[in-house]
Amino acid sequence: MKKHSSEKKTPFWRDKRILPILLQALFAVLVVLAGVFLFTNALESMKQIGLVFGYDFLSKMAQFDIGDKVIEFSSTDSYGKAFIVGILNTIKVAFIGIIFATILGFIVGISRLSTNWLAKKVAAFYVEIFRNTPLLVQIFIWFYAVFLSFPVIGKSLNVMGLFFFSNRGSAIPWFDLTSSTMIWFISLLIGLTLSIVVWKVRLKRQIELGKRKYPIYSAFATLVILLSFTWFITFEFPLRLSIPEATGRGFVGGYTFGPGFGALLVALVMYTASFIAEIVRGGIMAVSKGQVEAAKALGLKNATILRLVVLPQAIRIIIPPLTSQYLNLIKNSSLAAAVAYQEVVGVGITVLSQTGRSIEVISIVILVYLSMSLLTSFLMNIFNKYTQLVER
Amino acid sequence: MTNDEFTQKKPETAPPKTAIGVLGWLKINLFNSWSNIFLTLLFGTLVYFIIKNTMEWILFRADWEVIAANFKLLIVGQYPIGELWRVWICFTLLSILMGISAGIWKGTMGHLTFAMTGIYILVASLPFVLLETRIWLLINIALIIVTYLVGKWFIKYKKFILISWFLMFPVVMILLSGFGIFNRVGTNLWGGFLLTLLIAIVAIVFSFPIGVLLALGRRSKLPVVRWFCIAYIELIRGVPLITILFVAQLMLPMFLGDGANIDNVVRAMVGFTLFSAAYLAENVRGGLQSIPRGQFEAAEALGLNTTFKTMFIILPQSLRAVIPAMVGQFIGIFKDTSLVAVVGLTDLLGMGKNIISNPEFLGTQMEVFLFVALVFLIFCNMMSYASRRLEGALGVGER
Repeated sequence: MKKHSSEKKTPFWRDKRILPILLQALFAVLVVLAGVFLFTNALESMKQIGLVFGYDFLSKMAQFDIGDKVIEFSSTDSYGKAFIVGILNTIKVAFIGIIFATILGFIVGISRLSTNWLAKKVAAFYVEIFRNTPLLVQIFIWFYAVFLSFPVIGKSLNVMGLFFFSNRGSAIPWFDLTSSTMIWFISLLIGLTLSIVVWKVRLKRQIELGKRKYPIYSAFATLVILLSFTWFITFEFPLRLSIPEATGRGFVGGYTFGPGFGALLVALVMYTASFIAEIVRGGIMAVSKGQVEAAKALGLKNATILRLVVLPQAIRIIIPPLTSQYLNLIKNSSLAAAVAYQEVVGVGITVLSQTGRSIEVISIVILVYLSMSLLTSFLMNIFNKYTQLVER
Repeated sequence: MTNDEFTQKKPETAPPKTAIGVLGWLKINLFNSWSNIFLTLLFGTLVYFIIKNTMEWILFRADWEVIAANFKLLIVGQYPIGELWRVWICFTLLSILMGISAGIWKGTMGHLTFAMTGIYILVASLPFVLLETRIWLLINIALIIVTYLVGKWFIKYKKFILISWFLMFPVVMILLSGFGIFNRVGTNLWGGFLLTLLIAIVAIVFSFPIGVLLALGRRSKLPVVRWFCIAYIELIRGVPLITILFVAQLMLPMFLGDGANIDNVVRAMVGFTLFSAAYLAENVRGGLQSIPRGQFEAAEALGLNTTFKTMFIILPQSLRAVIPAMVGQFIGIFKDTSLVAVVGLTDLLGMGKNIISNPEFLGTQMEVFLFVALVFLIFCNMMSYASRRLEGALGVGER
């Protein structure tokens, strides 16, 4: 009875206090060793082709040009600037893509729940087709079979004299800024703020007095009055419509974009919209039936039920998966490398093949995407908090 | 009783003609309000024009000769014709297994086998396939039917069938590449749809254990392991697949030093495995989080150590809960294999891209890529159908 097990010293490989520390140390050593092995190899093979790790190549002259660009760029600018152009191109296609994919996705998603049989079936068919085909195949179809198959620029396809399509690029009507754009912009901001204030005040009065005070109409009237006032000052519209014209070698006016951008944008929008449609459908279906029935019992119209009862509740379910779809769209925009639209991966590949600096280039690309993903989830999280249920 | 007057049967009047039959259906589903009439007309014209133009193009204007001429390239790539029988043996093994499994399990497996038979019949009925191909296909179809019929005799040997499904992978690999038993066929000759399938299968098979380990590591109590797993998962999930493929293509040889000489296909497979492991890990983690605390505590109370607890109590339950999500992930991997076309491999899509750059087949982009899209569409649809059925069979999401 004297020899109790607790008096015997536990061997260290069974001691619960020491074991985790030992295991972690072992794991850390293994990871570090593997890392050291990989990086010495990488540095070794870089040395063999006469390169030293470093980012100073970014200031050297890039000997290539970029087709679609947001800011000025020519082949005499530096690699660093080429990367900035690439990043801006990524942001451009991702931003426009997100807007259109959201609109199309919501339309398709709501159509899938429509009482109209034809609309329901067409939407379901759309989702089934576009969701189950690889994005790259869709991009190739749009690029090779549609945008590159347009006629040459001299005989470009002309739709209603507004849209021009050719295999070298397409042009759509766009807006030019006028001298008074800034004034219009400021007055629009003031007008919006004022009308929101008016709307809130009138709404409060309506609730307090129980009489109709037309909050929406008065807010709208405020905005219209302010904007017409601006017109009397400037006698000019804020934007001028610029319609493209085809000349021998290119387009004048309007907004011109290359076939790569067109194919990428259309494919991204169609593909992502099919996923967003399913998310929207799931979100709306998750709102319990009693809510709709209660709203109907209160005598609300169908449109009002959707706007005031269903959507605010569905949005809470929709936003988290929607965020991950936005992130997917941003990441998928890197497929532009396959259709010669020079965004950040495309620029990276060109720079890499010219300089051979694979580690540096890939680290830049990874950094860009990580920060963009973080920024998007940050913005969506703010929006998410705003729509969350306020609980006690 | 005066009540009789009320309970007496009145002669039944037929419902108004507009409430039943075709007319009634049309009225309820398409023309029940002004806005619906408008919607119906809008979608009706849209659908009419799309269908009319597509049909006209498919039947009259498209040049399907390009698919007929390149069918072998699109399906098996440059695989030597003399060695094609090895590919066929793989398919035959698959047919036998599918037939037996369909006989045993019926249900979803039966439907999948039925779809597979449908694909065989479809390919065999294409006008341009060679006689040899047709014979192999007919053998396969016959084998599926025979094994399906005798399948019920094998119910006792369910375990063996499951094990043979797992053995399929190494057997197929040995058959296709040779490994000293047959003539060696290098992976550089693998191409077309065969390569697409192989990359997807390798990525799925190898990423599964890595993903499970990563998920367990992310929930581990050891901070070093946990932070390593979090860093790996978030880094991989934060960057596009194409960057990882480029890293695998360009930097894998650099990182591994001079000794390692791995060819392009294996590099792509490594890239895919590392990529999908991170996504799978997140799926599995979802399953791990769904296990109630009581399960852990009960296992501890039984005196199981961490390894046994994880292996026998936690993982089986959590994996079962995430099977549908994982199938969804597998569909994603299958679709993503098309990305290897960007790094210069000739999978189904890469082969299509090569074909349209051949001057002989100028102007047939739409035909080639639509064929590629159709192949992907069929297989992805089959997989998502299976996933939906599994979801129902497992009762996930229902309590």
